[in-house]
Amino acid sequence: MAWFVLIYLASLVLLLITAFWSIDPFTTQIVQVWNIDNFRIILTDPTYRTIVGRTAGLAALVTITDVVLAFPLAYYMAKVASRRVQSLLFAAVLLPLWASYLARVYAWILILNHSGVLNWSLQSIGLPAANIGYTNTAMWLVFSYIWLPFMIIPTYAALERVPDSLLEAAADLGARRWRSTLDVVLPLALPGVVAGSIFTFSLTLGDYITPILVGGAGSQFIGNVVYSNVGIANNVPFAAALATVPVLIMAVYLLTAQRLGAFEAL
Amino acid sequence: MASTHAGWVRTGCLVATAVLAVTACGSSNTPSGSTLLQPPTAKTAPQTTIGAGEGQLNLVLWDGYADKSWVDPFTAATGCKVNQHPAGSSDEMVSLMKDGGGGNWDMVSASGDADLRLIYSGDVKPMNTALIPDWTNFQTYFQGPPYNTINGVHYGISLQWGPNTLLYNTKKFVNPPTSWSVIYDPANKGLITVPDNPIQIADAALYLSATKPSLGIKDPYELNQTQFNAAVALLKSQQPLIKKYWALATDEISLFQNGDVTVGAAWPYQTIQLKLAGAPVADTIPSEGATGWADTWMLATKATHPNCAYLWTKWVSTPKVQAMQALSFGETPVNTKACAEMEALQPGSCAQYHADAPGSYFNTIKFWKTPIAQCGDGSNTCIPYDQWVSAWTTIKG
Repeated sequence: MAWFVLIYLASLVLLLITAFWSIDPFTTQIVQVWNIDNFRIILTDPTYRTIVGRTAGLAALVTITDVVLAFPLAYYMAKVASRRVQSLLFAAVLLPLWASYLARVYAWILILNHSGVLNWSLQSIGLPAANIGYTNTAMWLVFSYIWLPFMIIPTYAALERVPDSLLEAAADLGARRWRSTLDVVLPLALPGVVAGSIFTFSLTLGDYITPILVGGAGSQFIGNVVYSNVGIANNVPFAAALATVPVLIMAVYLLTAQRLGAFEAL
Repeated sequence: MASTHAGWVRTGCLVATAVLAVTACGSSNTPSGSTLLQPPTAKTAPQTTIGAGEGQLNLVLWDGYADKSWVDPFTAATGCKVNQHPAGSSDEMVSLMKDGGGGNWDMVSASGDADLRLIYSGDVKPMNTALIPDWTNFQTYFQGPPYNTINGVHYGISLQWGPNTLLYNTKKFVNPPTSWSVIYDPANKGLITVPDNPIQIADAALYLSATKPSLGIKDPYELNQTQFNAAVALLKSQQPLIKKYWALATDEISLFQNGDVTVGAAWPYQTIQLKLAGAPVADTIPSEGATGWADTWMLATKATHPNCAYLWTKWVSTPKVQAMQALSFGETPVNTKACAEMEALQPGSCAQYHADAPGSYFNTIKFWKTPIAQCGDGSNTCIPYDQWVSAWTTIKG
C-alpha cells in the first residue's frame, strides 16, 4: 500500500514539475526552463476557462441527475421490494456494465442522431424532430446513463444499513412517511449518496471519449485538450498544466466528501 | 535558429537562388524539396546496396496499406515477414516513431502533416532513391516533394496521395457547389462537418488566398501572424455552423448517411464508401483549389531490418502494387506507370483518380506539410505547428 501511494504521488509530482517547463516550438523537445506560462495561458485565455467550466459544470449536472434518478430506485430496492424483485433489479442495474462502454455510447448515437430511434419515434406520433444529436444535451444524457449504476449501488448500500426500527420509531412518534424520509433516511443515506457522487463526478470530469463521440462543435472537455496536446502538439508541459486542474477540483471534492462521511459508507 | 542556415548549401538549386527565389525551387516541381534548417539525421549516409532480407519487417502504417494481396507475394519472394501496426492518426504515428522507432519499428507510412515532425525529431533518416528502380517513374513532383525532401536529401519514398475534397448531398445541393464558401455559409448552419485536425487551418487559408488576395497568402502552410489570425477568425465564425468535427473517416460517413450533415470536407475514400452504400452524395474540387495529403514510406533511424525495409519500398513502388493499393484504398499512385495497371484492374480508374494528371495539376493541390517557424523565404515569421494546435483548441471552443 505504501509503495502504491509512493509511486502514485511521485507520478503526480513529476506531472506538476513538467507543467512548469515548456517545449521548443521547432523540435517539440521539452525545454527544462522554469516558467509559469502554461498556467498563465490557462488562467487568462477565455477558451480554457470555458472548457474547464463546461467540464466541471456538466460533471455536477450529471451527478445531480443521477442522485435524483438513483435515490428513489435505491430506496425501493432497499426498503420496499421483495427479495425476488430486489435481485431482479440488481441484475438490471448491473447488466449494462457487462457491455463495453463504447458499445453503450454508440447505442446512444444510434438513438439520438438525425435519423435515429428518437426522431423516428417523435415523427411517427406527429411531433417535430428533436435535434439533440451531437450537442452538449446529448453528452448530458449519455453521461447520466453511463454512470447511473455507480450512483445506485452506494446509495442502495447506505439505505440498506438504515435500520427498519428507526423508521418504525419515527412512525410511532407520529412522523408521516415523507417526514421520516426527510429527517431520518436522508441524513443516514447521505454518506452513500456522496460516495456515489464521487464516482459520477470524477468519471465525468476525466472522460474524453464521450465528448469525441456524441459531442458537437463546442463540446471539448479538459481531457480532450490534454489528449490533443500530448498526441497532436507533443506539448506535454501544457497538457500537464491543464491536467492539474481536475486534480485540484477532485482534491477539493474529496476533502468535502470526507467531511460528509462518504468514506465510511464505501 | 538563424545560425543553422549553414545547412543551406546542399543543392545547386539553392546556391543559385538563395537570395531571390527559394520558394520558386519548391513550386517549379524540381525534386529538390524544401530548403530549410538541417535535420539531425541529414549527414547519415544511406546504404548503397540492399543486402539479404532480415526475415522480419515491422511497419507503422495506415490501415489497409499492407493488404494480404500484395504482402503475401512480397513475403514469398523476399522471406520478410511483415508485422503491421495500423495507426489511427498522424499524431499516433509520430508518437510511435519517437526515439527513431526505438528499434521496434522499421518504417512508417507517414502523411505530409507528420513528415517534418518526424524528420526534425531525428526519428527518420535519409533513404537512397537509387535503390528504388521505380522512383524514376514517379510523377516529378513526388520524386522530391517539399514535405519529405529537405535541401535535396530524401527522407523517404513517396507512396500515394489524394485531394481533400468538398463532399455534398446531391439531394440538398441540386446545383453542385463550386466554391468552398458553402462550408462557411450560415445558410448551412448545423449541416456542416470538417475534419477535427489543426491542419484544417490551411484549408481556411487556401480559401482566403482566393477570396481575400490582400492578405497575400501564397502557401497555406506558411502563414505570418496576420494571415494566421485571418484564417483562425474565419474558422471561429464557422464553428457555430458546424454539426461535428469528424475524427475518423467512418464518423463522417455515418454523419452523411444519417442525414446529420449535408456538406463537408472529406477524402475520396468517404465518397466511394458512401456511394457504395447508396447515399446520394458527390464530391468536387472547388474553384479555390484544394489541400491534399500525400504519404511517404519513411525509414526509422533505429530500424533493425533495413534490407527488408528497402525491399518493401521497392515492392510497393512497382506499378502493379501501386495500382492495387490505389484501388483498394481510393487514392492515387505516384508511379506514372501504374495508370495502365489501374485500367487493367478497373477501366476508367486512372482518369477518375487523376493518376494520369499532368505536372501542372499538382500546383492546384496544396499538399499537407507540417507548419514550422521558418518560412520558405528563410525568415522565421511563420506560425509553427504548436500554435496551430492551440489555435485549433480555441476554434473548437
